[in-house]
Amino acid sequence: MTQDLSGAEMVIRALKDHGVRHIFGYPGGAVLPIYDALFQDDGIEHVLVRHEQGATHAAEGYARSTGKPGVVLVTSGPGATNAVTGLTDALMDSIPLVCITGQVPTHLIGNDAFQEADTVGITRPCTKHNWLVRDIKDLPRILHEAFYIATTGRPGPVVVDIPKDVQFKHGTYFGPSNIKHKTYQPRIKGDLRKIEQSVELIAQAKRPIFYTGGGIINSGLLGSQLLREFVRMTGFPITSTLMGLGAYPASDKQWLGMLGMHGTYEANMAMHDCDLMIAIGSRFDDRVTGRVDAFSPNSRKIHVDIDASSINKNVRVDVGIVGDAAHVLEDMIRLWKAKVLRPNGAALKSWWMQIDGWRARNCLAYKTAKDVIKPQQAIERLYELTRGRKTYISTEVGQHQMWAAQFYKFEEPHHWMTSGGLGTMGYGLPAAVGIQVAHPDALVVDIAGEASVQMTMQEISTAVQYDLPIKIFILNNRYMGMVRQWQQLLHGGRYSHSYSEALPDFVRLAEAYGAVGIRATTPGELDEKIKEMIDVKRPVLFDCVVDQHENCFPMIPSGAAHNEMILSDAAGEPQVSEAGKVLV
Amino acid sequence: MTEQPKSAYFLVDNKAAVISKTFAVLVDNEAGVLARVVGLFSGRGYNIESLTVAEVDHLDHTSRITIVTSGTSDVLEQIKHQLERLVPVHKVIDLTEETPGIQREMALVKVAGQGEKRVEAMRLSDVFRARVVDTTHSSFVFEITGNQQKIDAFVDLMRPLGLVEVSRTGVVAITRGAEAM
Ligand SMILES: Cc1ncc(C[n+]2csc(CCOP(=O)(O)OP(=O)(O)O)c2C)c(N)n1
Ligand SMILES: [Mg+2]
Repeated sequence: MTQDLSGAEMVIRALKDHGVRHIFGYPGGAVLPIYDALFQDDGIEHVLVRHEQGATHAAEGYARSTGKPGVVLVTSGPGATNAVTGLTDALMDSIPLVCITGQVPTHLIGNDAFQEADTVGITRPCTKHNWLVRDIKDLPRILHEAFYIATTGRPGPVVVDIPKDVQFKHGTYFGPSNIKHKTYQPRIKGDLRKIEQSVELIAQAKRPIFYTGGGIINSGLLGSQLLREFVRMTGFPITSTLMGLGAYPASDKQWLGMLGMHGTYEANMAMHDCDLMIAIGSRFDDRVTGRVDAFSPNSRKIHVDIDASSINKNVRVDVGIVGDAAHVLEDMIRLWKAKVLRPNGAALKSWWMQIDGWRARNCLAYKTAKDVIKPQQAIERLYELTRGRKTYISTEVGQHQMWAAQFYKFEEPHHWMTSGGLGTMGYGLPAAVGIQVAHPDALVVDIAGEASVQMTMQEISTAVQYDLPIKIFILNNRYMGMVRQWQQLLHGGRYSHSYSEALPDFVRLAEAYGAVGIRATTPGELDEKIKEMIDVKRPVLFDCVVDQHENCFPMIPSGAAHNEMILSDAAGEPQVSEAGKVLV
Repeated sequence: MTEQPKSAYFLVDNKAAVISKTFAVLVDNEAGVLARVVGLFSGRGYNIESLTVAEVDHLDHTSRITIVTSGTSDVLEQIKHQLERLVPVHKVIDLTEETPGIQREMALVKVAGQGEKRVEAMRLSDVFRARVVDTTHSSFVFEITGNQQKIDAFVDLMRPLGLVEVSRTGVVAITRGAEAM
């Protein structure tokens, strides 16, 4: 089916053909024709943000919580440059975004025209792919390719830069059926010989561990389902990266908690001492491996990843399988059953005994106080009071983010949205906006820090405008806590510029925005205030005033290995069986 | 553990051997494709020793980029995968290992001088099978083709004989035998 449309109409039409219901954007001169087409069409809901960075993070939250691509519409020049942080964030965390940017008319490109920026040049390194559309003839194909590339293979952000004259021009529109790309063909199925080799290694393993990541989430609900099935069939312990939380239920007894720099003692010790590591959809990031030359020194490693460049990038592996996590897991399960394989029960039993010893150190223990709320306690209470409600959690970046990952127990994928790869302060509030747009009736909470939240605070106004009852739960420690912690542990306690001076009164700020402000300062009132927050059907800024000096433990310090974690004073003593292990 | 600076990063000294490698990259000839390749190298800190590019199939809109790079074997493996990840890339082959190929470069070499030096330059050009493509009473422009080492050697020999300017194409390469890449 083809049709004569203007470039601007083609954009709206293509969005609808790709099933887009919501877009996040901000108008300006170079996208006015598209805004005009949007005005005359009622199939798509546009959410007007307050800053283009907010649009990108909202689209990320939308995408991550639905599995669908997030769509952003911004103007040329400053509109496009403001979107760069969110695009980079989406690239690092493999989030599918389609960002449409306006551009000055083709005859002005290169002229330093008003609000001209080399958008494809600027966004080339922070997108999976991008296009400048110079000819209306190419527009429908490029729009369809944009969705195809953003959502398939290793997902990521794409930018389609459309000059204003191309938006006005008319051309022939055709639909997205049979999108094929000349050069881009992602590999979905893994190499069966290697999968066979893997299941045999799995059957022989004595001290195995699954180490999974965001790739499982990206492979859809089926990915998590198959992971659960296979992990239960083997009886192996499982840990995950920050990005992979929720793929495996945190309440399950095989779950060891998150690994890495602020991961649990048991997860990191098991990674260090395992004899077989099964990495699926995780990428051996430096926050996970710590010191690479001491990383899991005695294990064989299987690595499943959809991106061939992730395999052998940081850590050399024994079996590298390029493919989609769900497809590879499906083959693994099938071969495991067909070959009637069984795990090594006796070895596994003593491995679990060793793991239980590590667990007994209770590495996340912390001391509560009578008069001051501990940040960990605040998250534990938030978890207890919201569990069973299908709550969506986003975060900012800092200590509060790590405590959220440690203390909030995720049972399902797509319910945890955080900036992992880029570590973008200011991600969580706009992400919550996007999540709430996608799930209007769900409880959406941004676990925030008082410093981070000020980076994109203005998006609370978006939430008010669209009646999005997001809850911004600020762990207010009056410090850039994570920076303060590093300065304390690594820079001799010289707290250079990490104190949050001149903080706004968050309760009155909320009120000024037309949202609801709530403050809790003592452990005694915490529960009641959290309940009040949950019950309010409006956006809330919750100022949770917490202990200023709490540090986030465990922590793998300066160039250390997994078995050299620092634990909090509250954690238990090492057990006799591990007397050999030197702990700092 | 060696003493590390105060950082949560693990700082490594990579002592693995650095080797040189030639990749042939077949790309869709779309706007900005060269910028993607060059940006990949600069963004990820890879070396480019030589890079050549030209359209090789007009109807099919394909261009061929030949890149000579160097790095540890891990880095070189990454470079190949990173190139393959670029959307407009059809194919990447390693011309130094998988299928040892033929490498050629052309140079135009301008030498100015008179008397004995001029005669010696002419004599050496003959040895290297360089062609004279321009001449005046006091200068020559030589055209020379060969592998990089041959051209380096020729240029070095011309230096004391009045070398004034060199223009090189960079390396192009192709596999031996009947098969296409
Ligand atoms: C945009 C950006 N700038 C700087 C940083 C570096 N950084 C990481 S955590 C942090 C402090 C965050 O403070 P806050 O939001 O109060 O969280 P807390 O650690 O106190 O929980 C900073 C500055 C960053 N991650 N992102
Ligand atoms: Mg703080």
